[in-house]
Amino acid sequence: MAMQGAPMLATDAAQASPPPIRLPIAWIIAIAVFVAFWLYAKPLAPAAFEFPKAWYVPMARWISSAMKWLIDEASFGLFSFTDLTRFISAVLDVPYRLALSLLSTGFLEGSGSSAVQIVPPLPWIAVIGIVMLLGHWLGGTRLALLAGGCFLFLAVFGQWTSAMVTLASILVAAPLGVLLGLLFGIAAWRWRWIERLVTPLLDLMQTIPVFAYLVPVLFLFGFGPTAAVIATLIFATPPMTRIAILALRAVPGEIIDLGNMVGCTDRQMTWRVMVPAARESLMVGMNQVIMLSLNMVIIASMIGAGGLGFDVLAALRRLDFGAGLEAGFAIVALAIAMDRLSQAAADKLSAPAPAVRHSGLVARHPYIAAALVLVLVTTALGYVMPGIRTYPAALQLSTGTFWSEVVAWININFFDTLEAIKNAMLLNVLIPFKRFLGDLPWLGVIALLAFAGYRLGGWRLGLLTAGLALFIAATGQWEKAMITVYLCGISAMLAMLIGLPIGIFAATRDRLWSWVQVAIDTLQTLPSFVYLMPAVMLFRVGDFTAMIAVVAFAIAPAIRYTALGIRKVDPKLIEAGRAMGCTEWQILTRIRLKLALPEILLGLNQTIMFALSMLVITALVGTRDLGQEVYIALTKADTGRGLVAGLSIAAIAIIADRLISAGAIHARRRLGLE
Amino acid sequence: MTSPEAKLVCRNVWKLFGPGAAEFLAGHKGQPDAAAIAEAGFVGAVRQVDLDVHEGEIFVIMGLSGSGKSTLVRLMSRLIEPSGGDVMFKGENLLKASQARMIEIRRHQMGMVFQHFALLPHLTVLDNVAFPLDIQGMGRAGREARAREMIELVGLGGKENAFPRQLSGGQQQRVGIARSLAVEPEIWFLDEPFSALDPLIRREMQDEFMRLQTVLHKTIVFITHDFDEAIRLADRIAIMKDGEIVQAGTPEEIVLTPATSYVAEFTRNVARAKVIRAQSLMVADTTSPAGGPTVSARANIAEAAPLFLDGVAHLGVTDDGGRIIGRLDRDAVVKLMLQG
Repeated sequence: MAMQGAPMLATDAAQASPPPIRLPIAWIIAIAVFVAFWLYAKPLAPAAFEFPKAWYVPMARWISSAMKWLIDEASFGLFSFTDLTRFISAVLDVPYRLALSLLSTGFLEGSGSSAVQIVPPLPWIAVIGIVMLLGHWLGGTRLALLAGGCFLFLAVFGQWTSAMVTLASILVAAPLGVLLGLLFGIAAWRWRWIERLVTPLLDLMQTIPVFAYLVPVLFLFGFGPTAAVIATLIFATPPMTRIAILALRAVPGEIIDLGNMVGCTDRQMTWRVMVPAARESLMVGMNQVIMLSLNMVIIASMIGAGGLGFDVLAALRRLDFGAGLEAGFAIVALAIAMDRLSQAAADKLSAPAPAVRHSGLVARHPYIAAALVLVLVTTALGYVMPGIRTYPAALQLSTGTFWSEVVAWININFFDTLEAIKNAMLLNVLIPFKRFLGDLPWLGVIALLAFAGYRLGGWRLGLLTAGLALFIAATGQWEKAMITVYLCGISAMLAMLIGLPIGIFAATRDRLWSWVQVAIDTLQTLPSFVYLMPAVMLFRVGDFTAMIAVVAFAIAPAIRYTALGIRKVDPKLIEAGRAMGCTEWQILTRIRLKLALPEILLGLNQTIMFALSMLVITALVGTRDLGQEVYIALTKADTGRGLVAGLSIAAIAIIADRLISAGAIHARRRLGLE
Repeated sequence: MTSPEAKLVCRNVWKLFGPGAAEFLAGHKGQPDAAAIAEAGFVGAVRQVDLDVHEGEIFVIMGLSGSGKSTLVRLMSRLIEPSGGDVMFKGENLLKASQARMIEIRRHQMGMVFQHFALLPHLTVLDNVAFPLDIQGMGRAGREARAREMIELVGLGGKENAFPRQLSGGQQQRVGIARSLAVEPEIWFLDEPFSALDPLIRREMQDEFMRLQTVLHKTIVFITHDFDEAIRLADRIAIMKDGEIVQAGTPEEIVLTPATSYVAEFTRNVARAKVIRAQSLMVADTTSPAGGPTVSARANIAEAAPLFLDGVAHLGVTDDGGRIIGRLDRDAVVKLMLQG
């Protein structure tokens, strides 16, 4: 999930080197002009405050009609575009059906309610056994127990069926995502023009919120698990592509020379030299793709993926906290198991395998043999003892009622307190800030952004930020965008306010830091959906709830980058500070924080990216920002509206990212770190 | 002036980095001067190189970092496309060879050893050494037998199933050497093969390299930045600076008559006795009595000197066939050695 907001390369900013700022006179003047404009210009130039409707660019309509044309009329001669999308669906449907039959439904004859099961699905014991064998093979007994425990949790708490549906989607989407990403990566590595084509696209796709992917997919591929798999693929392939390009680029030149010297053909060069040599980094990509797929499959429940995501969604709609939390815990269990397994796989598979040469087939593949035996035995036993095939309902624990009661208890006993907190925040912070932002003249904001871009990164950055902001205004999204900015800004600020002290405190304490690290690593593997549930439970729907969920999601990078930045400060400098007689406080403020500033800025950048990506999902709890716009577009399958809103969010993300990155470079230069 | 036994010949070879280098070169009749190159914004990595590598010799290209030596060796194997000039390998112009022909030549006639070993991390020692043969499409049994032979040759027997990361630097380079020899190359490129190793190991590997060469008699192009290494190993040396060859010749010639002050800077601290060979110091007098102590004409003075400890005043100097071709006088040797 960390990829979602991985720092984009601010090449524009790096190339143009602006003069160093001494006194921020230019800034003071610019802000003074802006404030004056805001306060006094309204009667003179109302158009600068409210974007004139007549100037709107009907971008949404254009996209929608283009999509309509694609579906209704576009044709490649032999077949139409619709034939193509149907073909892709049909092709993807085959492995998905297979995985689903194996894990959940069994192989059926006929369809609908009259279907007859010919072969039952894998017994739950067999699935757990296979997961444990996999864990043992990849990482030894501890991993086997952890992975097995997570899956057992799914069975015991009655989440098995849904979890297997989710797992089936991932089993199809993740390998395909890895493969596609690898192929794109290789193509981009081999042909420069493809790379030039792909790189800006990757940058953009990384910042478009997940929901926005769903809209066109829904429109083109309809509602259902296959469409969800396609959305997952579209979502998970770009990061793999990026990693593949980087990994191939990082292969030492000597290895390439070697490939040429032994007379490799192009194909041998790619598959015998480059890909194996880049294996280690590629494996990291695999872990990323699996976790991103999980995240997306959960969200894709909105276009019919089913499974655990659907359970959470349904529970949210019914406000059934117990059921929602249970499904949420199941997602957590699945996420932890998949993350640890794929990480172990990355370690194991990138380290070369010792060459063992046994004679027998069984001796060579003990794990596969054991898994086969397990499947056969449990399937056979399943006919006699049904408890082996499906987890016996009598042994299931449901904590749903328990959680509902806990929530009820909290609400009964703490309702007033919680409500008071919420209202105080809303009245004193959120609403005033929202009003303030909504009041600002769009023209002035764009001018100020352009100025900031120019000062921090040169005229190219200035043009970029102004252009993107203008795009938002011209497509009629300004008001909603300001709500997004307000929610994102407040949440990011809060996340930093909480994350900074934790990071600072943990950074200098090794033991504590290792614990904090485990905690934030785990937080980051959780699909964003999971964060909604507890927030809704306590604060019901609204901006405040959204803010809580976003803060919880976005706090991990705030802590991580702060701590890493402080830990990276050269210990010699600390020693020098001590030798000069600095107090601990002086060492912290004068040395550590100062030198960690660029790193902390990067953390802020990441926090904002995380906040934006989560913010879109909080549309489910009733925000009124661009995310809601995407969500509405999704329910109406209105591609144009969804994409324009999604691109606007991407524009906000890019503006924030480029400005902060440029600021970080600036700070590094000023501190003499560059 | 191509001598009959020249295996690899470079004629007016250029490499300029920058777009449109080949046209630029052609426009200057293949001989632009440094000012013109700088003005046009090119980087002259290799400039106007002429050299012949003879059959069975160790030809060392010596230069400091940035002198263009690594680029030059890659131009010779066309890993880097030259901007101009000709590279003739066994009479065939490599720069006119097709892609397929180049693959063919590299597969069967060239071997290369790399500074940082360039071992494939996912393959065992055995598979690494067998890799070039595998690429050619040789069957498993054949290539593994050949690979084992090579591993034995470089003294790594028993390590066949180890992975590169489990080996020391010296061992890894032995694997690199075994791999480059597996195809029985006619020309063997070594690009700073020992530079990444510790001094003690480097010395050991140089000895090992000399031992291999006495067995294999390969035609070798050896790149180094270490002048002592060059003196120690070379039959002939070319010294590069700023992309040009400033002097080429035998170690003796270079030490005795450095062409420029730049070369003299390197040769100043070289012990003469270790470079100068008996044949250069001998008197052409074949009348010395048979049965007296003799020394090979190729031996250097430092090797010959201990033979005088027995109190003899002269040594007979013999050629490769054992015939006496001259006389080495004690006084001449003492005089040379006292010079340092």
